[in-house]
Amino acid sequence: MNRLERFSTIFLIAGFCFFIMALLALGIAPALMTSGIPEDGGMPKEIPAEFQVYYKDLNEYHEALFLGRDIYIKEACWHCHSQYVRPVGGESMMYGAVSTPGEYENLLNRPHLFGTRRVGPDLTREAGKKSNDWHFAHLYDPRSTTPNSVMPGYTWYYDESTNPPTPKKEAIAVVAYLQQLGSWVKDGKRTVHDLNEVTLPPAEE
Amino acid sequence: MTQENSRNPLVPYGLVKAHMMMSFVVILIVVIAGLGYSMQFIDLYPLKDIAFFSPGRVRMVHTQAVAYGWLANIFFAIVLYMIPKLTNKPILSEKLGWFVFWAYNTLVVLTVVLILAGFGQAQEWGETPVILDPFIALVVVLYVVNVVTSIWRGRHEPYYVTIWYVLAALIWTPLVFVMGNFLPEFVFAGTGGATISSMYIHDLVGLFVTPIGTGMVYYLLPVLMRKPLFSHSLSLIGFWGLAFFYPMNSVHHYLYSPIPMWAQYASIIASVGVHVVVYTVVFNVIATMASDWKKVTSNVSLQFFLVGALSYLVTCIQCAVQVTLTFQEIIHFTDWVVGHSHLVLFGTFSFWAFAWIYYLFPRLLNTPIYSASLTRWHFWLSFIGIVVMDIDLLAGGLVQGFMWKSLVPFIDSVVASKPFWWVRTLSGVAIFAGTMCFFINMVMTWKESRLPKTSEVPALDSELARG
Repeated sequence: MNRLERFSTIFLIAGFCFFIMALLALGIAPALMTSGIPEDGGMPKEIPAEFQVYYKDLNEYHEALFLGRDIYIKEACWHCHSQYVRPVGGESMMYGAVSTPGEYENLLNRPHLFGTRRVGPDLTREAGKKSNDWHFAHLYDPRSTTPNSVMPGYTWYYDESTNPPTPKKEAIAVVAYLQQLGSWVKDGKRTVHDLNEVTLPPAEE
Repeated sequence: MTQENSRNPLVPYGLVKAHMMMSFVVILIVVIAGLGYSMQFIDLYPLKDIAFFSPGRVRMVHTQAVAYGWLANIFFAIVLYMIPKLTNKPILSEKLGWFVFWAYNTLVVLTVVLILAGFGQAQEWGETPVILDPFIALVVVLYVVNVVTSIWRGRHEPYYVTIWYVLAALIWTPLVFVMGNFLPEFVFAGTGGATISSMYIHDLVGLFVTPIGTGMVYYLLPVLMRKPLFSHSLSLIGFWGLAFFYPMNSVHHYLYSPIPMWAQYASIIASVGVHVVVYTVVFNVIATMASDWKKVTSNVSLQFFLVGALSYLVTCIQCAVQVTLTFQEIIHFTDWVVGHSHLVLFGTFSFWAFAWIYYLFPRLLNTPIYSASLTRWHFWLSFIGIVVMDIDLLAGGLVQGFMWKSLVPFIDSVVASKPFWWVRTLSGVAIFAGTMCFFINMVMTWKESRLPKTSEVPALDSELARG
């Protein structure tokens, strides 16, 4: 019997060796090169001014960031919004500075939320691009701020007994999370679309 | 009855039937979730503003049902049928098999419910809730032990090519599952986590779906053609090439990301390696069919095999181009990739699974397929659906990619995509209708099998052509 067709060869070499080899060489090795969460978890050190009305101390703010991240995961936001800017295709002009490995070394990125599809824009440089109020309106009804959006609304994170609906704890946490994305980048968040002098012709229906 | 006597006592027919019928139910979830999600893109989503049916959650149900519900169940069924026949040795225990069936499918149902309830995990293709992951891993290991026992017992006889593929896939599947669901969640953050999770995304298709799918074709094709495989050495190259190159393809899912560039280059080279290897499989399949084209046109299983093989060829040619950095600059993040994955998992592996179902289900029940016309509708609606969907999404992906590169406001690319999304939903309607034909056909066949026998039934195929 051909050696390559034996139980032991297939079981050990194809089944285990090749797999473990690839895992070590192209999984663990590059992962170790870019890994290293600082001892404090790499979380933000202060509460941004516009969130001080919602959160009294830093712990509360951090909890809100995790809550926002968890909602971002369970509503599968990451399936339509990526979180890394590539060094090609003019993406740094579109979204802001190109992503580097160190940026992702914090507890909010375990699990990572790179994403593989952009039905909506990349969010990793989102901090400060829009106001909180814009985000609250957009999360409740995306078309109220972006008429052609295909994003679903997340009305269940709002108290609808009031008029207008008011964001619940969860909606505030999501916005806190989004406004934190890229907040560590001081320069390099301006994009071509910040130059409002150039107004492009309206899109056709 | 004589048919009963021709049954192979080693094959757990009840288990095969149970897994197969479960897969019929899950494929309904798959198409309903997929079609529903696509309607969000053209503003027709029927269940707006209900948290439980939020489109994002439905999307996760769609992909999870494809991988863990539909393909896993049908593969479990076919492997349980093929392996004892090939090795001539029984599986470890039929009781264990039934335990796996009930435990596994309870987990499938829980996965669907929990994802909709908001417990999805942030791992592409592994959105199964974190709390269920250890149980899924355990049940899969039990299934593996059950089947590998049969392969182990038959180790003194030469193995047919199918057994290599199944054996390797059964080792890989639990390893891949544990790696992808636990490492990025608990060990590596950020870029490191993405490196591991890219490996999971690719290995789920490459080391679970592909080898079992290929093994299935290598088994049934010679049976239906009544000819041996075109070439044994080609299948040997195909298998070892897959085992060596496929696990290293991973990082090509995150090209131009912060993952170290050397890993990106290495995965591109391995991807080109695997596509060269894949041609040996496609060539072997087509060459075996080419010995008698007349037969192919007259047998519905062979038609499904042929379309599957052609889809496989197209996806592999696609793969070879789209993994290059030049191409990735444009098509990454676009609908191109979505089209590619539909062609792989529906156009190729689901078609191969359908081929098997049309062969095996009537034989399991000792009843001919209820309606040949429903079968034809299923074939043509699925075929037209997937062709239109793929071309549409590839084109839409190019439009999106080039618009982004031209730096227009993002929303303009959304507006430009809407016609493509309309066509995508319409092609989804065709696939949905085809799948309904399939489901009704299978249910009616099952119903007829419960009636007292009146007509001639097909004999159970016990022979297997060896390569």
